[in-house]
Amino acid sequence: MSDNGTPHGEVVGQDSDAYGATAVRLDQGHIEGTGGLPERFENPGLPAHVARMADHDEKAAKRAEKQVATLFGLSSLFTIVFVVAFFAIDRESTAFIPGIGRTSLYNVVIGVCMAIALLGVGVGAVHWAKTLMPDEESVEYRHTQRASDEDRRRVVSELTQGGTKAQLGRRPLIKYSLLGALALPPITLIVPLAAGLGPVPKDALSKTMWKKGDRLVRDPERTPIRADQVTIGSVFHVLPESIKDSQHVLEDKAKAAVLLMRLNPEDIKPQKERDWGHEGIVAYSKICTHVGCPVGLYEQQTHHLLCPCHQSTFDVTQDCKVIFGPAKRPLPQLKITVDSEGYLVADSPFREAVGPSFWERGHA
Amino acid sequence: MNALAARRRHPAAIALLLLLGLVVTGVAYSFLSPRQADAAPAAASQIQDGKKLFLANCATCHGLQAQGTKAGPTLAGVGAASVDFQVGTGRMPLAKPDVQAPQKKAQFSDEEIAALAAYVASLAPGPAVPDADASSGKGGDVAKGAELFRVNCAMCHNFAGSGGALTRGKYAPSLRNVEGKHIYEAMVTGPQSMPVFNDTNIDPKSKNDIVAYLHAVDTQENVGGMNLGNLGPVSEGLFVWVFGLGIMVAFAVWLGKKAA
Repeated sequence: MSDNGTPHGEVVGQDSDAYGATAVRLDQGHIEGTGGLPERFENPGLPAHVARMADHDEKAAKRAEKQVATLFGLSSLFTIVFVVAFFAIDRESTAFIPGIGRTSLYNVVIGVCMAIALLGVGVGAVHWAKTLMPDEESVEYRHTQRASDEDRRRVVSELTQGGTKAQLGRRPLIKYSLLGALALPPITLIVPLAAGLGPVPKDALSKTMWKKGDRLVRDPERTPIRADQVTIGSVFHVLPESIKDSQHVLEDKAKAAVLLMRLNPEDIKPQKERDWGHEGIVAYSKICTHVGCPVGLYEQQTHHLLCPCHQSTFDVTQDCKVIFGPAKRPLPQLKITVDSEGYLVADSPFREAVGPSFWERGHA
Repeated sequence: MNALAARRRHPAAIALLLLLGLVVTGVAYSFLSPRQADAAPAAASQIQDGKKLFLANCATCHGLQAQGTKAGPTLAGVGAASVDFQVGTGRMPLAKPDVQAPQKKAQFSDEEIAALAAYVASLAPGPAVPDADASSGKGGDVAKGAELFRVNCAMCHNFAGSGGALTRGKYAPSLRNVEGKHIYEAMVTGPQSMPVFNDTNIDPKSKNDIVAYLHAVDTQENVGGMNLGNLGPVSEGLFVWVFGLGIMVAFAVWLGKKAA
């Protein structure tokens, strides 16, 4: 409702301008315009300058001065405290700081002193600028971009003269050898970049350290495992015994890690899984087929294997079929058997590449 | 005729009389009825005590002979260690059916737990309660325990034993301030989703090392200050985003404001 007494919806005035419209006040009620734009927007100018307390009140200015001086003073003081603390506080000592708990006293004191020393300067300077330094708004006008005609003529003539003086036109030998000298050196950057990205993996992605007859050993103790030591519901983290001869232990471990579990044979559904295991003991690659995290979370009662990274869940009773999560392929099974002394051994290397998919993997 | 007699033909008089009769009979019965005879004399055997406790508290779900029902598995073969762990940490008796038995205040005293454990152990052979010295973490190699913990346990329980999530509402609980004996028993018996780490998988000395490591995490001084629950980048990131970024935003706002 405006002072004109026009409830919403009623037209008060009609703007007759063909193209432009004049600016209206917001309390004039409903005015129908033509949808055009005014020829020129009036520059509203800068907002009115608001004086600060320190500008007109001397006491406020003094107060601001004291505040700035205090901040600077604190900074200096804490620098001294810092130096004292650096030499005086024992590196091993701890203290109880409320809100943090028991922590290293040296760290806390040094940190706080340095923080105040630096912040004191910064905050003091900013406070000084805000309260006491001039804050009138000023406008700096832009120069015209176009240079003067004389400057333009001068630049053009210098450039052309420079080319002639360099004798480039007169000396074709320089011109042609220059072409080679400019075109070829970038090769020194491109060749290492393109060809130096690392050795071609060949079959490193498809093969693991596991061989037929390789004993299964515990990680990290590296002791071999007998079949009767594995009880139903247990989980062993396993490596091949030959890992001790590896030249690149971490790389080999990242592919050869295996999880050994024992289930009740009646719970295992696929016959292949039973055949590749030994009396309910089954071995699966620990490397997730999604992005390669170790799948170690075995839920004994549900027989589910969970990968902690993206929660791919594999069902051990169905040959580690994926039942949830982003993985698309089941975990590869390692065929195991028992040797003459009763130790668990691999009966064959992995029949497919372990871990995440890669281009050359195909459907193996 | 007194006031009471004047009202003897009131309709409520019958009801009141019946009520009075009931009260008098009940009170008389409770005073005059014979005491329930103790069928057996005060049980000397711990197993008998255990059996009585079992029948009163556990048999509804686990069956009268602990043979198991739909509500609870058989206890034959779980051993004294299982009972000591489950009842000692308050997980059993289960308050309500759920995906996982949560830890709560233990409902029985140590003697009662021992009696229950003795009874269950008598049903079939199973893992026994570990020796106090061998499971307290005393003399354990903390570094070795840490390495074993990282390989076998950290994927579910977090590198410092702060706990972690499993599928569908199950979880691996935090291992903060858990008695060494309970840690040992949990490894040996593999409660609920936890796999079994029997003594041929992780030998008793190694189990003691793991207990030593967990107790070291409980008692160690964190020279770095707040460990924020040892949850790694999650809690640390939250801290920096909320407080660190908050302070920086506050500074930026202050820098841009005009002075008073």
